[in-house]
Amino acid sequence: MNNMSMISILTKREFMSFFATPVAYVFIAIFLIMSGIMTFNLGGLYERGQADLLPFFNFHPWLYLFLVPAFAMRSWSEERRSGSIELLMTLPVTALQAMIAKFVAAWLVLGLALVFTFPLWLTINYLGDPDNGIIVAAYIGSWLMAGAFLAIGMCMSALSKSQVVAFILSVTISFLFVLSGTEAVIQAFQGGLPTAAIDVISSLSFLQHFDAIAKGVISANDVGYFLIVIVAWLYAGLVIIEDRKAQ
Amino acid sequence: MIEIKKITKKFGDFTAVNDLTFSIKPGEVVGFLGPNGAGKSTTMKMITGFLPIDSGEITVAGLNIEDSPIEVKQILGYLPEGAPAYSDMTVAQFLNFIADVRGLTGRKKKARLARVIKSVELADVLDRTIENLSKGFKRRVGLAQAIIHDPDVLILDEPTDGLDPNQKHQVRALIQNLAKDKIVIVSTHILEEVTAVCNRAIIIAKGNKIFDGTPDELQAKSSFHHAVTIELDEAVDSTEALENLTEVKSVSVEDKRVTVMPEQGQVIFDKVYQTVNSLGWKFNAIYSEKGRLDDIFRELTDHELAGSTSTH
Repeated sequence: MNNMSMISILTKREFMSFFATPVAYVFIAIFLIMSGIMTFNLGGLYERGQADLLPFFNFHPWLYLFLVPAFAMRSWSEERRSGSIELLMTLPVTALQAMIAKFVAAWLVLGLALVFTFPLWLTINYLGDPDNGIIVAAYIGSWLMAGAFLAIGMCMSALSKSQVVAFILSVTISFLFVLSGTEAVIQAFQGGLPTAAIDVISSLSFLQHFDAIAKGVISANDVGYFLIVIVAWLYAGLVIIEDRKAQ
Repeated sequence: MIEIKKITKKFGDFTAVNDLTFSIKPGEVVGFLGPNGAGKSTTMKMITGFLPIDSGEITVAGLNIEDSPIEVKQILGYLPEGAPAYSDMTVAQFLNFIADVRGLTGRKKKARLARVIKSVELADVLDRTIENLSKGFKRRVGLAQAIIHDPDVLILDEPTDGLDPNQKHQVRALIQNLAKDKIVIVSTHILEEVTAVCNRAIIIAKGNKIFDGTPDELQAKSSFHHAVTIELDEAVDSTEALENLTEVKSVSVEDKRVTVMPEQGQVIFDKVYQTVNSLGWKFNAIYSEKGRLDDIFRELTDHELAGSTSTH
């Protein structure tokens, strides 16, 4: 059997498993409710009087910060806790195939949650005349960023049998990635570190790259950044799971 | 053919498997015995490629498990200890998934699924989620996934653990009905299982092999091998006449049951029978024992635990 068909079999199983349990439904529902509240109450979509979805997308990093680790914490932890990892890893499946399948299945669910926000997009088109190109770019950027959060979460899930530990670790690490681009952090380092070092720190931030895409510019730089983050964390997770699968 | 050469596995300071060597030919059904923590599961996990080997080499059908893990896994069927499965799936979804992973498609997949569902009797629970199944059914689902692709090598880690006597019987029948050119390794601590289904027994303790032979040879190691037990109608005062026989080592009396132990390698049934008759004892049964497995097992493994490393 070739690589792709094995990955697609595994992805299908993972994807179905999200819907066999309430995990996917709860995630999508909470995502929609929270993003609605944030967009209208905190972001003031109406009050701004501008035909764009910035108030909606601006909150995505903060929503993902808690929701994605909660969604991802189960992926490997549960396999190890229940022992099903022994079954999986003694089937003719490589750890890489399993990792890719888990990631893709979960990423598709995150994408589905984004798709379900389409009423907002219809609303803004009804109310005004937004630049739909920018909105599409922002959606893509948001999905890429969600993938980066997800990769961190899955790596942490590979690290611990306990879902709670995986959750806390991934929120913490994700928080650092979000935070590194905020004014507060940059100001804190200013004076203490050379400008080049501060640039490096802030360039690691999810916020900076996401904001760039959300403004409508899909540059290789920003897309590449998220892809590299995804691959790097998944690879780290792979090394961890190979090492710890039997513990 | 499975060849295991000098494999060793350590977890920190603890040596789980120590320099273990044996090979298994097609057609052999091997009972893998040992006390808890002896290294049975660890060995099985290494053969199935789940655990890396510290040193030594394992080849299955000529393929090295470390060089060609996927190829080896394709010809293996494995029931891990406790029969883990994806508990949120239904039995049908789960078996379907395993069949897909095993590369079964179309008509062949349908036929294999139907066959395993019948042979482990899962038809009634196909639409139930695995987490809602009883222990016995879960074990059978685990067995079904292990045999779905008709593997050449079948490795079962405690397949009957926690099953009721009927279910145990079913699982044993299933193992016996597998094709005769396959390799089967069954770990267990139920000794009767070895005489029931296996044609070879390997005992390990503390990671060392301490016995390797047929179940008959194993029984022959028992001090009860060829012992004669007489079940009397009423208790007797003296067993001196039996003790005086030259081939007899000792006589034990337990209420109305008298057990006569032979000297090493002696067959004493006829002599004992004649003596009992000439004494005029009334009995309702007299029989020669094949050997008590529990007793051999304790003897062999206690010996090992005491520090000696005698290997057969």
